[in-house]
Amino acid sequence: MLLYILKRVFYVVPVALGVSLLCFLLVHIAPGDPLVSVLPADASQALVEEMRKAYGFDRPLPAQFALWLGRALAGDLGTSIATGRPVAGEVMKAVANTFLLAVAATLVGFVLGGVLGFVAGYFRDSWIDRLATTLSIVGVSVPHYWLGMVLVILFAVTLNWLPASGAGPGGSSQWAWDWEHAKYLILPAVTMSVIPMGIVTRTLRALVGDILGQEFVDALRAKGMRDGAIFLHVVKNAAPTALAVMGLQLGYLLGGSILIETVFSWPGTGFLLNAAIFQRDLPLLQGTILVLGIFFVALNLLVDVAQAALDPRIRRS
Amino acid sequence: MAAPSATATPSAPAPRHRGYWAGVGRRLARDRVAMACAAVLLAIILAALLAPWLGLADPYRGSIARRLRPVGFTTPQGFTHWLGTDEQGRDMLARLVYGARLSLFLGVVPVLNAFVVGSALGILAGYAGGKVNMAIMRMIDVFYAFPSVLLAIAISGALGAGISNSLLSLTIVFIPPIARVAESVTTSVRALDFVDAARASGAGAFTIIRVHVLGNVLGPVFVYATGLISVAMILASGLSFLGLGTKPPEPEWGLMLNTLRTAIYSQPLVAALPGAMIFMVSICFNLLSDGLRSAMDVKL
Repeated sequence: MLLYILKRVFYVVPVALGVSLLCFLLVHIAPGDPLVSVLPADASQALVEEMRKAYGFDRPLPAQFALWLGRALAGDLGTSIATGRPVAGEVMKAVANTFLLAVAATLVGFVLGGVLGFVAGYFRDSWIDRLATTLSIVGVSVPHYWLGMVLVILFAVTLNWLPASGAGPGGSSQWAWDWEHAKYLILPAVTMSVIPMGIVTRTLRALVGDILGQEFVDALRAKGMRDGAIFLHVVKNAAPTALAVMGLQLGYLLGGSILIETVFSWPGTGFLLNAAIFQRDLPLLQGTILVLGIFFVALNLLVDVAQAALDPRIRRS
Repeated sequence: MAAPSATATPSAPAPRHRGYWAGVGRRLARDRVAMACAAVLLAIILAALLAPWLGLADPYRGSIARRLRPVGFTTPQGFTHWLGTDEQGRDMLARLVYGARLSLFLGVVPVLNAFVVGSALGILAGYAGGKVNMAIMRMIDVFYAFPSVLLAIAISGALGAGISNSLLSLTIVFIPPIARVAESVTTSVRALDFVDAARASGAGAFTIIRVHVLGNVLGPVFVYATGLISVAMILASGLSFLGLGTKPPEPEWGLMLNTLRTAIYSQPLVAALPGAMIFMVSICFNLLSDGLRSAMDVKL
């Protein structure tokens, strides 16, 4: 097991390096001089040169990358051009909010999708199977930002049950564990949960169908095992894949929350990205994407290891 | 399947030889859900192409006096806005029909581009194996390490808004998944006996790929790619929704959804219309792709 973990970690290093290289290059594919947004329009040539040196833009690209990566590893992601505050602090504050939203959405989506997928896989071609299949198709096809708007129209504008946007009363972005704050989480989390719900339902339905078709199930049945006990065996066989799907979905939601955060003005990484893009705050853009990318890589690693821990067959292959 | 033989008795009609694609077409035609979706998509595409001849209002001309009118609003001059007007008083029906052009274009073209590039990369990696495979697939892994929404937004955000930048960023997003599928299918096809037989009889790499690999790989990869169109539609409109895709005043569903966001309090039905179009097209592409998958009996 330890060897397996070491092998996975070893394999992740080049990917993580590639991810940081991609983030670094983002700033360099951006059109225009990255200094334009910092410097006044009438800056003298001497000042431009001085700033270029200060930011390290006068060195060759590989040297710049090494310098940037070294700083990033030490936790320094540079300074936001728009606010003048360190990027790392801004990103971490936002990541906490996004994490809360993504975890809530994954849980809701996983529970709903898990139940629907299992039942649909067990009772193929029943009405509940058709319902589950329809719901999963809707889940993967609906533009979630639009669904968010529709839910706001229904539950905030028409019924006035839940707040339309924000993360807390009075526009506060500081989360607290009480009903006043939880109310703000419901609509965005439910909107977001539709994606994992659809994917988990689809995957589990197919998976349970496959497992039930395997010979060991017939053997258990022939042995006289009751349905409840067989169900446990099916769950045990489906668990590693289900877990992997859940982990990946959490990662997708962490990185893909920008649209929903924009609809609900949720103060997370998506909101930060939006601000970074439209204020052309390149250090902030770079830093946020780097943190999210590394998060995703780490989550993938975690999923692989957890899967191997649950299923010895994966370790041996 | 029994081959039609020349010695068959003339009284019994010889079984007509049907090609693979004829069989796929027949199975697809029997799939009622897929056919209904194909019909809806065809209608939308035709309407978008023939928009100038449908007697619609000018999708760019607004009117300050008639902003955000409800569905079915008729002007004193007797012109009916069947789907209401937007925040600048432009006819929603006309904008939705004209908007289909850009929205469909931005959803379909990146997937087609990625299909060409991704298949080429995947087949090359899968057929060459060894170091070439390593080099290509590790590079793909890096792009795969980003959630697709984040990658698209990061690239578009760095490049700036615009249709060509959206096309580029969406193409880049869809190359890795397609290349991965193409690589795994190619690797399994390459191990089959008939490829060995072709090689043993002296066929070169190019001939083997053209004759034996392409035919077996492109089908499954194409089915997989059609399933990505709905994701591409949602993502492309999402970019415009964020202000990173199409620029105003072009009609495009994602952008319309964005500019109508403030209208959810006054005209919620009108504000939700562009998103409903994205939803409808995306679900049709998904169901059609599912139908194609089972008609071609592809398992990925």
